[in-house]
Amino acid sequence: MAIRKGRGVAAINYPTGMNLGGDPSQALVHSTPTGNFMVSLSSVDLGQGLKQVMAQICAETIGVPTDLVTIDTADTDTGPHCMGTFASRGTHRIGNAVRQAAEEARQVMLEVAADELEVNASDLDTDGTGNIHVKGAPQKSISIFDTALAAHFKRGRSISGRGMFLVPRSFPETETGAMKPATCYAHACVVADVEVDDETGEVTVVSVKNVYEVGRALNPKMVEQQLVGGSWMGISHALYETTEPYYPNREHGGTDFNQYLMPGPGDLAATETIVIERPAADGPYGAKGVGEMCANPQIPALANAIFDAVGVRIDSMPITPERILRALKAQAGEMRTG
Amino acid sequence: MEIRKEYFADERQDDLHEIGQSRPRSDLPGHVTGKTNYFADRTFPGLTHLKMVRSPHHHANIRSIDTSEAEKHPGVIRVLTAKDVPHNVYTILILIQVGPEDETVLADRKVSWKGQAVVAVVATSERAAQEAAAKVRIDYEVLPAVFDMLEALKPDAPEVNEHHPGNYYHYDSGDHRKVRFGDIDAGFAMADHILEQTYHSSPIEQAPAETTGCIVTPDGNDRFTCYTNTQAMFFTLDNTSIILQMPGHKLHMVGGTVGGGFGGKVDVIVEPIAILAAKLTNRPVSFIYSREEEMQISSPRAAETIILRDGVMNDGRLVARKVTGYTDAGAFSRHSPYGAQKGAAHYPGPYTVPNVWIDTYCVYTNRTPSSAMRGFGVTIADFALEVQMDKLARLIGMDPLEFRFINAYRDGDIKAHRQPTEGAALIECMQEASRVANWPVAEKYMAMSSRGREA
Repeated sequence: MAIRKGRGVAAINYPTGMNLGGDPSQALVHSTPTGNFMVSLSSVDLGQGLKQVMAQICAETIGVPTDLVTIDTADTDTGPHCMGTFASRGTHRIGNAVRQAAEEARQVMLEVAADELEVNASDLDTDGTGNIHVKGAPQKSISIFDTALAAHFKRGRSISGRGMFLVPRSFPETETGAMKPATCYAHACVVADVEVDDETGEVTVVSVKNVYEVGRALNPKMVEQQLVGGSWMGISHALYETTEPYYPNREHGGTDFNQYLMPGPGDLAATETIVIERPAADGPYGAKGVGEMCANPQIPALANAIFDAVGVRIDSMPITPERILRALKAQAGEMRTG
Repeated sequence: MEIRKEYFADERQDDLHEIGQSRPRSDLPGHVTGKTNYFADRTFPGLTHLKMVRSPHHHANIRSIDTSEAEKHPGVIRVLTAKDVPHNVYTILILIQVGPEDETVLADRKVSWKGQAVVAVVATSERAAQEAAAKVRIDYEVLPAVFDMLEALKPDAPEVNEHHPGNYYHYDSGDHRKVRFGDIDAGFAMADHILEQTYHSSPIEQAPAETTGCIVTPDGNDRFTCYTNTQAMFFTLDNTSIILQMPGHKLHMVGGTVGGGFGGKVDVIVEPIAILAAKLTNRPVSFIYSREEEMQISSPRAAETIILRDGVMNDGRLVARKVTGYTDAGAFSRHSPYGAQKGAAHYPGPYTVPNVWIDTYCVYTNRTPSSAMRGFGVTIADFALEVQMDKLARLIGMDPLEFRFINAYRDGDIKAHRQPTEGAALIECMQEASRVANWPVAEKYMAMSSRGREA
């Protein structure tokens, strides 16, 4: 009886947005009289930070600091339609809608600034800190604060914009399955190292090395929180979680966090996270959806590592100590009889 | 976390001010100091509480429902049954033309899973609602139940749901979604080895910190405001409008701050009945799942059974992949027909295989309806695919990572569902994994690119 070490790898891809498209989202952007920007949505922040990312997309597009952008969501009386926050669609679908709305608002803002500076709007640019200037002549400038005031009280212009993003619906061809399920895919490759106690069947995840390709990390710290959280969920799925431990037997389902098993802080592996960016052609600043894919590759990587450690295949999730021990016993029995 | 910018460096825009910056989240101080308002933090004068009477049986006919004792219980304001629900049989995806309507808001003639909602009790306290719910008398005729997907597909199996004869979802392609690419028989005929393996999973709970729920207030003008933690505001509004036969402009959904979803708050379950209760009582109504309801009543990730049959050459090329996937929807569709179809679009994984045959089935059994969860339709597929890849590599005596390089999809490759690959990056992820994990592979694999094939 011994602690046995093993290593496994898995590689995956994952589609962004609702399968087969047809999942629209809208955004409205307007400025206040003093050049702050409001983004109206009906999109839901599940705790992953959707509002922050939308603020950064709006700010980048208009050319202001993110602090000047406020996200107003999710109220169906004031926010335009959004399909919802699921299917790794938020950053990509809603982000594209916000970007389009912000581009329209920016154009009006530049036109007002052009009137104030008596130049052409196409000759203007933003500096990202709250000012608009003539390209190549930074001394000829006006603040966005003054531009918004002028728009409201002098020029009678609404600095605002509408955004709508829709990947058209695809219908699978019945006999061949020809279809367009998604426009862009995120990727990952994970190497997991485990120790398996062949006496108890217990698995210790020593480390996971996660490489994720995300399109573009719009806010790297928030990408990290999602990727690391996803990695832990993958470990939890692989080794612990189910509402029906003896499926398809319907008994013994957990009803609280004492009975429904998940790893605690002490069970989590040393986690290394590497990000690669291959910007999506149709993503806002290249972003893809990464919310779901980051939890998938750990499961097979751990299954493969467990096989590498003790030489038994557990082809049913979750890979519990009970299943490992039963497989080890069956293997030992085969050796004796074989 | 590190960003390795040397990959695809020429495709990245690097003159940005706000994008790519780790700005602190504006909602974070509120979250970590307990100041953030979630839906359940709201209180209203005269707030009432809704509790559900649920089926204790996996499958049973309802002979009679007697609510008289419950109605007399102190604090009870109203008891609701199926006849109170204007459009009682619904399905969520009818909004995108995926029918048929197959699920009751409150069961009338039959229950098809243990935990199915039958009677709703509204009372002035949670305790009164709970006590009154225990006084509802329902006479059941217990029916045989089926829990195993392959048993459910047999001709003599109990019928789980009258809207799905045969216990499977009827796609326009028949009893399953199909993908056909190349010549699967020719692929197996040329293969040096064939490996067929079966993979299983069990249902998994989304387990958000905040359980599913909502609070509804009558606004006094025949409009209702619903504070909800749904993941999809208009999905909820539009489905509620159908179920309650109430025009959309009478409904006002407020949400957007949620304590975790993971797909578990995409179903439209609590809002319609809570809004109906608010309408019939003219009182604010709170309907919040207990942890037990979240664990065993709310939709989990579906269990799946996946059979993979692969043909592989001694040089590592995958030449045939046949997939038969079964998704356990439980008693009602919710989002499962979509999930099974998403699986069909995902196979054969991120690999270029010339001959592919995919059948995915959505099967009904007498258990809690499954629905969306993080990785919907794909998570379990990836478990099966990537364990199978490991087995195939070992079968032909090849390094498992190198085996994946040989088969990895690249830009321009045609996928089984007949779309050209664009923006692939699997090879680069594997190259970086090789480096970071010190898992060496032959130099020719480190020289590969997702952007095209070597001359």
